[in-house]
Formats: sequence, C-alpha cells, structure tokens
Amino acid sequence: MQSHTITLNINEEIHIVAVKAADTLLYTIRGKLGLTGAKPGCLNGDCGACTVNVDGWPMKSCLMLTVEAVGKKVTTIEGLRETPIQQAFVENFAFQCGYCTPGFIMNCHSLIQQHPDADDQTIKEWLESNICRCTSYIEIEKAVKSVLNKK
Amino acid sequence: MEVIGKSVIRKEAVDKVTGRAKYTHDYQKVPLLSGKMVISPYGHAKIVNIDTSEAWKVPGVRAILTGKQYPLTGEAIRDRPPIAFDKVRYHGEPVALVVADTPAQAKTAADLIKVQYELLPVVNSPTQAFQKNAPLVHERLGEYKKEADSHPVPDTNIATLIKIRKGNMAKGWAESETVVEASFSFAPSDHVAMETRCATAEISPDGNIIIMTSSQAPFMVKRLIADYFGEDMGKIIVRTPLVGGAYGGKAPVQLEVLAYMASKEVGGKPVKILNTREEDILTSPCHIGLDATVKLGANRSGKITVAEILYLWDGGAYSDKAIDVTRSGATDCTGPYNIENVWCDSYCMYTNHPYAAPFRGFSHSELSFAIERTMDLLAQKLNIDPLELRYINAIMPGNTTPTRVRLNKSNVGNLQKCIEKVRGLIKWDEGPVKVLNDRFIRVKGVSCSWKTSTIDTDAPSGVILTFNRDGSINLMSGVVEIGTGTKTILAQILAERLKMDVNKIHVRMEVDTQTTPEHWKTVASRGTFMGGRAVLKAAEDVIHQLKELAACVLRSPKEDLEIANSRVFLRDDPAIGLHFKEIGYGYKYPNGNTVGGQIIGRGSYILRHLTPLDPETGAGRPGPEWTVAAYGVEIEFDKRDYTYRLLKAATVVDIGRVMNEKAAVGQVMGAMSMGLSFAGRETFYFDELGRVLNPQLRTYRPLRYGENPEYLVGFVETPQIDGPYGARGVGEHGLLGMPGALGNALSTAAGVSLHNLPLIPELIWKAKEANK
Amino acid sequence: MLPFDFEYYKPETLQEAVELYQYLDQQGKQPMFFSGGTELITLGRIDLAYTEAVIDIKDIAECKVMQVSGDHLLIGSTLTLTQIEEANLFPLLTKTASQVADHSARGKITLGGNICARIFYREAVLPFLLADSQVVIAGTDGGKVVAIHDVFQGELKLKRGEILVQTATESRFIRAPFFSFKRRQQWETGYPLITVAALKIDQEVRVAVSGLCPFPFRSKEVETALNKSGQSAVARVDGALAVLPKPILNDVEGSAEYRLFVLRNLLVDVLAALDGVRIR
Ligand SMILES: Cc1cc2nc3c(=O)[nH]c(=O)nc-3n(C[C@H](O)[C@H](O)[C@H](O)COP(=O)(O)OP(=O)(O)OC[C@H]3O[C@@H](n4cnc5c(N)ncnc54)[C@H](O)[C@@H]3O)c2cc1C
Ligand code: FES
Ligand code: FES
Repeated sequence: MQSHTITLNINEEIHIVAVKAADTLLYTIRGKLGLTGAKPGCLNGDCGACTVNVDGWPMKSCLMLTVEAVGKKVTTIEGLRETPIQQAFVENFAFQCGYCTPGFIMNCHSLIQQHPDADDQTIKEWLESNICRCTSYIEIEKAVKSVLNKK
Repeated sequence: MEVIGKSVIRKEAVDKVTGRAKYTHDYQKVPLLSGKMVISPYGHAKIVNIDTSEAWKVPGVRAILTGKQYPLTGEAIRDRPPIAFDKVRYHGEPVALVVADTPAQAKTAADLIKVQYELLPVVNSPTQAFQKNAPLVHERLGEYKKEADSHPVPDTNIATLIKIRKGNMAKGWAESETVVEASFSFAPSDHVAMETRCATAEISPDGNIIIMTSSQAPFMVKRLIADYFGEDMGKIIVRTPLVGGAYGGKAPVQLEVLAYMASKEVGGKPVKILNTREEDILTSPCHIGLDATVKLGANRSGKITVAEILYLWDGGAYSDKAIDVTRSGATDCTGPYNIENVWCDSYCMYTNHPYAAPFRGFSHSELSFAIERTMDLLAQKLNIDPLELRYINAIMPGNTTPTRVRLNKSNVGNLQKCIEKVRGLIKWDEGPVKVLNDRFIRVKGVSCSWKTSTIDTDAPSGVILTFNRDGSINLMSGVVEIGTGTKTILAQILAERLKMDVNKIHVRMEVDTQTTPEHWKTVASRGTFMGGRAVLKAAEDVIHQLKELAACVLRSPKEDLEIANSRVFLRDDPAIGLHFKEIGYGYKYPNGNTVGGQIIGRGSYILRHLTPLDPETGAGRPGPEWTVAAYGVEIEFDKRDYTYRLLKAATVVDIGRVMNEKAAVGQVMGAMSMGLSFAGRETFYFDELGRVLNPQLRTYRPLRYGENPEYLVGFVETPQIDGPYGARGVGEHGLLGMPGALGNALSTAAGVSLHNLPLIPELIWKAKEANK
Repeated sequence: MLPFDFEYYKPETLQEAVELYQYLDQQGKQPMFFSGGTELITLGRIDLAYTEAVIDIKDIAECKVMQVSGDHLLIGSTLTLTQIEEANLFPLLTKTASQVADHSARGKITLGGNICARIFYREAVLPFLLADSQVVIAGTDGGKVVAIHDVFQGELKLKRGEILVQTATESRFIRAPFFSFKRRQQWETGYPLITVAALKIDQEVRVAVSGLCPFPFRSKEVETALNKSGQSAVARVDGALAVLPKPILNDVEGSAEYRLFVLRNLLVDVLAALDGVRIR
C-alpha cells in the first residue's frame, strides 16, 4: 500500500493529508479530516448523501478518488455558513431524520450558484440525484424555490 | 393553547443543516476495529466447509468468527443463529465475521474466506411454504425456546397462526346477497433508511458492555443481549445518537449482537460494524411480503355482513418480529369496517427470503392493499360508489373490532368525517374518470385505513426533567429521534403544560440506557402518546415541587400559586413570585440559608388494560386506540403504454389533535411518499435460488424528486381523551392507504383488476394481455 | 471502499499514456484507463473490477477538446456528460446523455467512459452511431481516425492499451431532426428498459437502441424496414420488429416480451415525430 501526501483545498483551507490512491474523497474527508457532514448511503453513486461541491459543481464524493481532488476547490456542508438555503431548509421543514440533508443542501447550493434562475425542469433534473426517504420532496422544492426566487 | 399546534422548529434543526448532527457512524475513535460479514450468496444451502486460512494471512486481521454455534437469537422464537451454522436460510445471511484493524483489511480478508455450499430446495413464497410437501426451513422448529404467545407448528413452515373468530359465519353468509373473493400477492421489499444500520461495541475491563447503535430500540438491545448471553443487564450501556431514518427497520436487534460478539472475541476492543447498502438490503431485516385471500359478503344495500380472510405473511427465514406483524395483521384484519362476522387466519410463514422487520404501519399498509382492492371489487359488483360503500360500512363508536374490543368515542377516530373530507379534497364528486383524449385519462382511486398499535402490554415510557441555573429545563426521554420530531413535540407538551417558552426547554437528543429513562421502543407512532403522557406526569411532579417550595418562600398556600413564563406567582398578584432560576436549585435567603433542593421531575406512563389475544378466538385488547384515515390518489394514465404519472395523493387522518402543524403535515406527506414508492416501484426480485437480484439503490429505487405527486393533507380532530392534549399517533398513517388507493385508481384506469405490487406498467400490461 | 490499492498515474500526453499502459501491462499490473472512473470505483467495491495501476487520462489535452473544426464537431472522451450537456453543441447527444444516470453522477461520468463501459447500456454512443461519426483512437502505432461503425459492434473494439480520444461528427447530422426517449421500468429513475435515439437525414429515418439487447446497436435491417415506402406505419414497425438482433434482454427491468411491446410503441413514436406519420 502506497501512501501519497497530497494537498487539498477544502472549505477554503489547505489541508495536507496522506492518502492511498484508492481512497475516495468521501472516505478522506470523513476519516482523515473529521468532516462527517457528507454521509455514506450507498458508496455507489446512487443516493447523493455524500454530495459535496467541487469547483462549483455537485459531486458525489463516493465517486471521486481523493487524488482526483488535487488542485480543485472542495466545499462540504461544514463550509457553508448561514447560507439562505440552509435557512430555507429549516423554515420549510425540508428534512426529518436529516441524513440526506447535507447532500441535498450541497446539491441545492450548487444549483443556486450555477443556475440562479433555474426553471422547474432544471431543478428537477438536478435534485433527482439525491434520495430523501423521509420527506415528500415538496418541502425541499419549496425550500430551494424560496431561495431561487429571491435572486 | 400557546405552543401546541404551532409549527415549532425542531430542536436539532441547526445541527442537521450544518452537518454537525451526528449519527452512529460519525463517531470515530482510535483504535476502532472493523467488522465485516461474509454473507450467503444463496437462499437455502447446507454449509459444507468454511476455509479461513487465506483470510488469516491478511495483515490486520484480529479475529474470524465462524463455524461455531452461538446462542440462538430472535424475539418471539429463538430460531436465529447470529452467524449461520450448518445451513443458510436466506440470501445475505451472515456466515462469518472478520474483525480487522481497518475496513479495507476486513473486506479483503472476508473476500478470501471460502465457503462451500450444497444447495437445498428453496421455499420462495409463503404460499409455497404452506404446501404440505414444502421443504422445511427449520427442521427443529419444535425445539426452539419461544414466547408463550408464539404458536409454531413443528414439521411445517408455520411460525405462528393467529385466529380471529368473531360472530357467526353461517349467519353472515346467510345475510349476504353479494359475495366477492380475491387473492393478492406481493414479495418482500425494503425500508431503505438513508443511514445504513451501524453498531459499535466494546467491553471494558470491569465488564461494562458499551454499545452504540442506530436503533429504534436501544432498551431492547440491552435486554436481549443480557438475555441471550447471560450478561448483567446493568453492565450493558446502549447509546443511540440521532438515527438517519428507521421506519420500523431499526427496531430489530441484529448488528448489536454481532458487534458484541466481535468485541468479546478481541478482548473487548471496540469494534464497528457498518452495513454496506447491499448488506442493509439483504442481510438486515426487510419489509414483509404477503399472500392474501379476502372474501366479503354484503347485503343489497351494501352493508358488509361477513368477512373471511387468509393472510400468509412472508416472515422470511427467521420469525423475529414477523410474528408480531402477523398478530397485528389479524387484529385489524378487516380494515376500518364494521363487520359482525369475521373469520381470519393470519399465518407467519417461514420462507427462504430475508427475514422481516416491522415496516411503518406494521402490517396495515400490506393488508390494506388486499382489503381495499376487494372493497372496490365489491362496490363494482354492487354497483355502489366506492367511497359510499366505505362510508356506510365505516367503523364507529359502539361497534366491535375483530378482537371484540367495543369502541367508544375516544378510542376510535371519526372515519366518516375523514371520508367526507377526502371526498372534497380530491373532488370525488367530479367523478373518478376524466378523459383527456383518446389516449390519456385521469383517474382517481380511494381507500381507508385504521390502525391500533399492538405493543407489549407492559411497555413503559419515562421522562426526567432537570433544571439549569438559569431556570431553563432539560428534558430526557428514552424516545429515539429517528426523524419524526417527537422530541420537539415532547418539549412542546412540556412548554404548554408549564406555560413557558419552548426555547427554554432543552432536549437531550441522544439516548443512553444508563441515564435516560426507558421508552420501550420508538415504534408504532407511540412516541407522542406514551412519551407525552410521561412528560405530563413529570410536569405535574415539577409543578408540585415548585409550588411547594414557592409556597414556603412566599408564605402562601400552594393553591393560590400559578405557574407561567418560568415563574411561580400569586394568582391574584402576579408581581409577587419567583423565577425558576431562584428555586430550581433551592431557594437561598439573603443570609445564605437555603431551603428546598435541586428539583428533578420524573414521570412515567404505562398503557392500561391491554391483554393478549385468546389463541382460539383472538378476543383481547391489543392496543389503546384506533386511528382512522381516508385516502385518494389521482393518476394520469396512458392507455396505449400502460404508463402513468402520479398527479395527486390525499390523506385525511383523524389525528386527535394537531400538535405541530408543519411537522404533522410533513409526517403525513413523507409517509404518503413512502407508500406510493412501495406501491409503485419497490420490491425484491428473487430468482429460483432465492437470491435477491436487486440489492442496490441503482436497481431498488425509492421515489425521487419530481416523480412525486402533489400532496393534499387534511386533519380531523376527534380527541383521544387519555392522549396528551387529545393527540393520536400520526407517523404511519399517510402510508397505509396508498397501495390500495393507487391499485384502485389503476384498476379503474386499465379496466382490469390488479392484484399484485408493485404496480409497474409491465404488471398492468401483463394483466391486460392475460385478459385478451 | 475499495478492498485493494493501486498506483495512480496522470500522464499529460497520449504518448505517455499509451507507453505507461504497455509498461504497466508488462509488469502484470492489469492497468486500467481511468476517465470518470466510476466503473472502477463502483464495481471494484463489489469485487467485479480490479487493477494495480490506474492511468487517469483527464489531463490529456486532446481528450478535453470540444470544438467545431471545419465541418466536424470534435468532442473529447474525458469530457463529462454534464459538460457536454451544458455546452449543448449536439442537441441529440445532449438529450440522450442527459438520460444517463443522474445529474450529479453525470458530473463525473465521461463520454469515453460511458462508451467504453462494461455496463452494457452505453447510451451515450447512440447519437454517434446515428451520425456515422468517426472516432479518434490512440495506440502504440500512433493515432488513427476510423468510422465508428468499423470499431463499434455492440462495444468499442479497442485493442489492448488503445485510448478513445475524441469523436468527430459531421455538422449536417448535428442539425438533423431527432428523437430520443428513454423508457424505464417505472417513472423517471433507473436503467433503460428501452432507450431509442433516432434522427432523420436524407429522407431516411435512422434508429439506435439501448436496453433491448445486452449491447446498444443500430441495425441496417431495422432501418430498411422502417423506411419501406408505401406501407403503413404499423406494418413498417412490424417489419422492423421481425429483424431485431438477438438476444432480447429478459431481466428484472422487464421481460423480453414486454420490452418488445415497449419498443413497438417507441418506434411508432419515432415515425410520428420524424416522419409525420399520424397514429391515432
Ligand atoms: C449512479 C450511476 C448511474 C448509472 N446509470 C447509468 C445509466 O442509466 N445508463 C448507462 O448507460 N450507464 C449508467 N451508469 C454506468 C456508467 O455509465 C458507467 O459507470 C460510466 O459510463 C463509466 O463512465 P466513466 O467516465 O466513469 O468511465 P470509467 O470508469 O473511467 O471507464 C469505464 C471503462 O472504460 C474504460 N475507458 C474509459 N475511458 C476510456 C478511453 N477514453 N479509452 C479507452 N478506454 C476507456 C475504462 O478503462 C473502464 O474500463 C451509471 C453509473 C452510475 C455511477
Ligand atoms: S454514498 Fe455517494 S451517492 Fe450514495
Ligand atoms: S430527511 Fe431523512 S432521508 Fe431525507
């Protein structure tokens, strides 16, 4: 097993970590950096619970090797500070157990960054990447639209 | 009411939107060994040989548990080896457990364990299991230890039979003029909580066994591990932080036992077992399947006079909680209708499928599909409006349930009101079918449900309240926060009772069985009811203590004191009084003398008058009250392709009392979403070897954003007199009627009677083809 | 969580990548090109893929191009499906690609990876089959440009160590009217039951299909039947169904018979959309 020492830019902080080439970004941010907001739900790219933001776009961190993140800006839920989308999730009861929430919020946050005027079709296309088993999605729809519309 | 009914933001909200909320797997420490299971690739096979020699060579491997007979486990019948011995009975069953320093090492080693199997004939459905010559899943069924009210039949695949015999069947058939009979069937499926199950265990040198688990039943973990392994109950400490969805699936005890055994094997070092998604689907207990036959008789005016029902539940390889599900299904076997003459046999069958856990609704969404489809067939045959048929047969105070409980205006909700309200919500009077063009039609279907919560007759719930120096209160309850927001509702109940600001109540989210008073299990929508009653009692206790002390300090009779806004004061002169912060820890006079002491409130609740069911007739009082609901689903159906879109789904539930408006609506909508997903897409696909062919979320697909319909939610409030502020449970009810209502809408749309789940276009196509 | 580790290389030139592959292969490391990498990551964790050396090709300039060059649109193999959709230079590709997996995953899945994938749907290849595209391939003997039809028979027949670099598509195909639809077992999530992509060029309808057989295909026989003049649409579709390649998939997504039922209706839709045939 070969260990690589790499430099990662996570939540606007530079981290130097030792990783194996086979380590996924999810494994590293949770296990090495203690950023446990991103959740494992399937490790197979299916559920979206592990979603973070890489260079402005949503990324399922279980589908990315840590070494692939070198030179990119990674933002996790811990890197968001009182953003409107977080507040909107609270106000709209857009979560129950909360397990899917960091991933959903990171996806919504990326959407708001990339398409501040997203229409219904675009919202649907983006948000169908994540599974929420507790809510009905209507609450999440309301939350994201309340932020999109404000812009 | 100041706080009750308000949409108070849940207490753990900020943690959950900032990524700070912690679930079992988020707790990390060094060292923490990893347990990895080797699971059976077959449904039924003899274990011929297990070779671990290669696995032991992997660096970091500390233990391999296999090939040994560990104590049998299981709640109603001790039929399940925690690690298979002799033979495997389902695809996914653990056959070995590797403990290693890292997850990768454990996985590498687990992959190197070679197990040799000899295939055995597979029992692939409960109906097959019921056949006389069916292969046996358990050859030694007669020898297992069991609870008194489990009735396994040795040399068969029957884990239990619950009988309901009410009224006089001959009379019922004689009074009926129209009879319908139909059979229904669906395979097991899964809960798919987004957090896969996870447990850690360590044993300290003094013998304390510390377990952390994502469970709905931490107190059960403690009891069962003590029981299975002869450990001191007081030395078992179970912690449950936030749980990432459960839906009944985390009520059984499984990984905790394995983690405990693993830790014991490595000298007590901490070991974590985290299910992969595949293991969570295959290895851990699933959502029960059912084969049902329902026969109803009604007179000319549509009054149902008799019901004969056969339920064959697919309990899977081990009976565990499936026995209770089977009993619950018998209890409410008829659906929410007043039927004088009822015969029901509800069998828990062993099969070579993953074994069953409770699933949100505990048998009711499943049996509802059979009952509500049959109700529509009856309506069709009688030529009565389906909603009208339900209205005239709706259960009411004065009627008796299948287990002969006489209902009154408190212990049952008002179904007719629910039906009327849903009629309006889905615009039923505009007609069930609207033709858009020669290809597309919009169609509605309806259904009803009821449910009592069959729980142990001695199930407790307790609450402790302590004060902080600033007068705020800490609330500790054994209810697990699985997403239902119950702990926030408990805070609301306390705030209401003490007339104080709910923000000054702090709720302990984590459960720790050593310091948190027991709440039996966080299941069956009972958290609000039982926990709420315990809170009210604890509030009384605190009020009593506060007033006692204040009476002394204020030199006033207790009776003249009021409590509000964190103060105890004179009723006629509120200016004279004391803030909680002045008396929560005793009152200190200016000279330093102190009277009274730290105020600790305690409250507990236990359900009263519950009794087991009579083994011959089923008579008995299984639960405290029946919550009722009515549903509608509207779809747009493509007559050419047999595809459809979900347009609207409606639920009207008699909730007794709305405690937190948005939270209640959220619970009902979330449950509807899960019900539609179950009804419309979710199932295990088995092959002839009993293997589940779709154990990933790529192929097992819960509903996604945008596939959902618009949701309509209505409430009726018929208070349950002994519920806290009249509340009934609400966590499950949105789900119960969805399979039936969707099935009814699609059967109408396609013009063919549908009898299976999930209701995918291919199923409809097949039914149409068969009809041609 | 992969139960094995590997060496990780990120060459910057095609030549380097090709040479690395040869070198690592000789060392018995079972090297693997890594584009989006989702195949190794998702199949590796369930023991269905293995390598001791990964060659990440995302830094190679030629693999990242997306530009019109003369009469051709060049699309690099390591572009993600999301990048291709956002640029939207080839609407039929945009539509077809946007039906693969889900939006977030498409930010990782690449064009080349989808075309070369082991999962047999490979839906992103359909537009290129329809457009008689060419593919640029790099190998030990340097680069070559070949017609996709010469190298794609159910799967891309690359020689060991060859890299798919780009696709090149004539602009007249890019402007042609098209149709693309993915039918799933239920609603809008999951693998295809049937995905049909079609376009109309020179008065002829072309169709390519994924999900019907364990490989995506475009069939001359099917197209001949569909384009038979003087026949009713139903007869043309019947004719097409009679000459389908084999085997027809029969699995948890759907039975073979049902897939044929779905395909029939989809072909009718293709004719309705592209040939103005009105049915019902
Ligand atoms: C969540 C999810 C959902 C999915 N749903 C679908 C779906 O609906 N439909 C569908 O078709 N697929 C689906 N897939 C499969 C997916 O398309 C494949 O995993 C994907 O195509 C691989 O793309 P990649 O860029 O990650 O390729 P990689 O994993 O990098 O590569 C795939 C294979 O191709 C080889 N390769 C890659 N690039 C090249 C190249 N340029 N030259 C030569 N060889 C190369 C690699 O060595 C590897 O063997 C899904 C995958 C995921 C994760
Ligand atoms: S854990 Fe990454 S998508 Fe499920
Ligand atoms: S809030 Fe529980 S899964 Fe979304």
